Amino acid sequence: MDKHLIPRGLKRSPFGRFSLWILLWAAILAIGLYAMYLCLYEGLNQTNMDNRYAFGLWIYLDLTVIALGAGAFFTGFLLYILRRDELRAVINSAVVLGFICYSGAIVVLMVDVGQPLRAWFTFWHPNVHSMLTEVTFCLTCYLTVLAIEYTPILLKSRKLSQIPSFLVFEHELHKAMVVLAGVGTFLSFFHQGSLGGMFGVMRGRPFAFREAFSIWPTTFFLFVLSAAAVGPSFVIVSTWLVSKLSRKTLVKKEVYILLAKISGVLLLVYVFLKAIDTIVWINSTAPSTGFSAFEFYVRQEFGTWILFTEIVLLGLLPAWMLLNKKRQQTLSWVVTAAFLACAGVVLNRFVTTIQTLALPTLPFDQFLSYVPSWQEVATFAAVIAYGVLIYSLSFRYMKLFPQERELAVSPHPSSE
Amino acid sequence: MDTEPGKYRYGMAIDLDRCTGCGACMVACAVENNVHPAQPRATERTGITWLRVFKVENGEPFPQNRAAFVPMPCQHCDKETPCISVCPQNAVEMDQQTRIVTQVPVRCMGCRYCMAACPYHTRYFNWWDPKWPAGMEKTLNPAVAPRTRGVVEKCNFCHGRLQAARAKAAAAGQRELQQGTYIPACVEACPTSAITFGDLADENSEVAKLARDENSFRFLTRLRTEPKVYYRSTQPFVRQLAESALERLKKEAANG
Repeated sequence: MDKHLIPRGLKRSPFGRFSLWILLWAAILAIGLYAMYLCLYEGLNQTNMDNRYAFGLWIYLDLTVIALGAGAFFTGFLLYILRRDELRAVINSAVVLGFICYSGAIVVLMVDVGQPLRAWFTFWHPNVHSMLTEVTFCLTCYLTVLAIEYTPILLKSRKLSQIPSFLVFEHELHKAMVVLAGVGTFLSFFHQGSLGGMFGVMRGRPFAFREAFSIWPTTFFLFVLSAAAVGPSFVIVSTWLVSKLSRKTLVKKEVYILLAKISGVLLLVYVFLKAIDTIVWINSTAPSTGFSAFEFYVRQEFGTWILFTEIVLLGLLPAWMLLNKKRQQTLSWVVTAAFLACAGVVLNRFVTTIQTLALPTLPFDQFLSYVPSWQEVATFAAVIAYGVLIYSLSFRYMKLFPQERELAVSPHPSSE
Repeated sequence: MDTEPGKYRYGMAIDLDRCTGCGACMVACAVENNVHPAQPRATERTGITWLRVFKVENGEPFPQNRAAFVPMPCQHCDKETPCISVCPQNAVEMDQQTRIVTQVPVRCMGCRYCMAACPYHTRYFNWWDPKWPAGMEKTLNPAVAPRTRGVVEKCNFCHGRLQAARAKAAAAGQRELQQGTYIPACVEACPTSAITFGDLADENSEVAKLARDENSFRFLTRLRTEPKVYYRSTQPFVRQLAESALERLKKEAANG
């Protein structure tokens, strides 16, 4: 039915099955949109956040998807600036993922603030000392960059590429990719960092507060590095997932291995710096604010096991796995390692947002718990559904993996 | 007029030995500042109380058990004020003349970053549309603008009263505020006169003297934010609270 839209030489599932898949996710999206409507119309009393748990599931989601979406800027940086041409095989997919992650995060942020119509105040009356100002500026600018990077992929689709002027435009855009990749890297560096900085500057929250290195708290650098480290890992996991779901080989094994190496090296550096940061925090930063670091971990739910899991099980272990030369050849090994690396960052963002707010600072205050309302969960699910929909449509109708056609003819060219 | 930067440093001294926990200050504060009545679904964590009275105990069994009440308004941190630097659109400001930390609700977009940053948890979000039961809107204070849904608000040492005192002084031809002409509603309402308000920059003011009292202390001073609300208690366990961070948490864990 839609055969004339599918890129030449590529095989896609029957239209009926694809429609069912789309309908399923569209239903989740619809429920989420209703939840968003409730939050915007009735107010944020629809959530389970409160004056003490001022940030909840949504801020956690924003920090997480933006970290995972870092694959877009970092792959672009490696491909266009450092000229790792092998990565052309995944760049389109990474750009689409980045676009989904960033646009999703911004939509959720607009539901999360109490007066979304006042969001432009940040651009008009910015407080230049606020980390959130920088995040707002960079996020919006970078989403624009991602939209421009997404355009050529769209223009190269089968129908649109029949219009000659579009092809010319696409060609011209392509020439600008180096500049866009550079701008994207610059913007990403700062907002990834500022998201970490947002929590690192919170003097009133000794669990999150970190000493400044230059003008930024150490979490600024740790967030940049962790995002850059898991970006490629997320590209591995997502590519593998798409290839499993579509039952196709999409990229050569070498590409997975290269991504694994890059991710592994960066993760190793990150884990090393994170360990140093934690030691300094335990011995100096936390005590100077009147708290013994280990007192933050007295509650079993949030015990030191989290710290161990984050740094060792989901940091050092996947870094070693990703860099293991022998096992790298096994795809399942690489994917497992990449998955663990992503889980590490997901946990880190959880600790930074949720655990920080759960801990009391006043001596007579209580340890807090918070469970998101169905409206919060549905909004969260809507972002995932939105992502799946955009990605599914892009995968079906655009050329996300340039190697796919070649691999369809001879599925294992790399084994020779 | 009193517009010289840094001339005043308004602050409070609260005598916890005198506080009976009656809550008159909380009511006076809400009425003065047009804080809307709590919605039926509001909880103690979603309601708005610019000034909140906490109960603290020494944790001992009956005969030795001691309790005290701690009224907690915004502490108006003087240095490194955690909520000011984080606000992305300058909706929180330090008034340079009075050193009062002011919230500008009409600029606030409700991102709640300031609430996450505040160590004293004295910032409140409007989770609901403000509603007053029919007839009750007549009790609204015309000097204070009610806030809309979706913005953050907090104690500003009764800004309406400061403006009124300034206008009165100007009308009388005085260039400076006289001591005692400007006091927040909670100070006036306290039946035991537990709260003293004034200019900390004036060494001879009552509040400055109380701040220097040997039994005076402030909460979380090690965060180095120089709060301008002082507390005083002759009971050692209350004074120890100021520094014994997370004591309660430890006990909670021990009790399971």
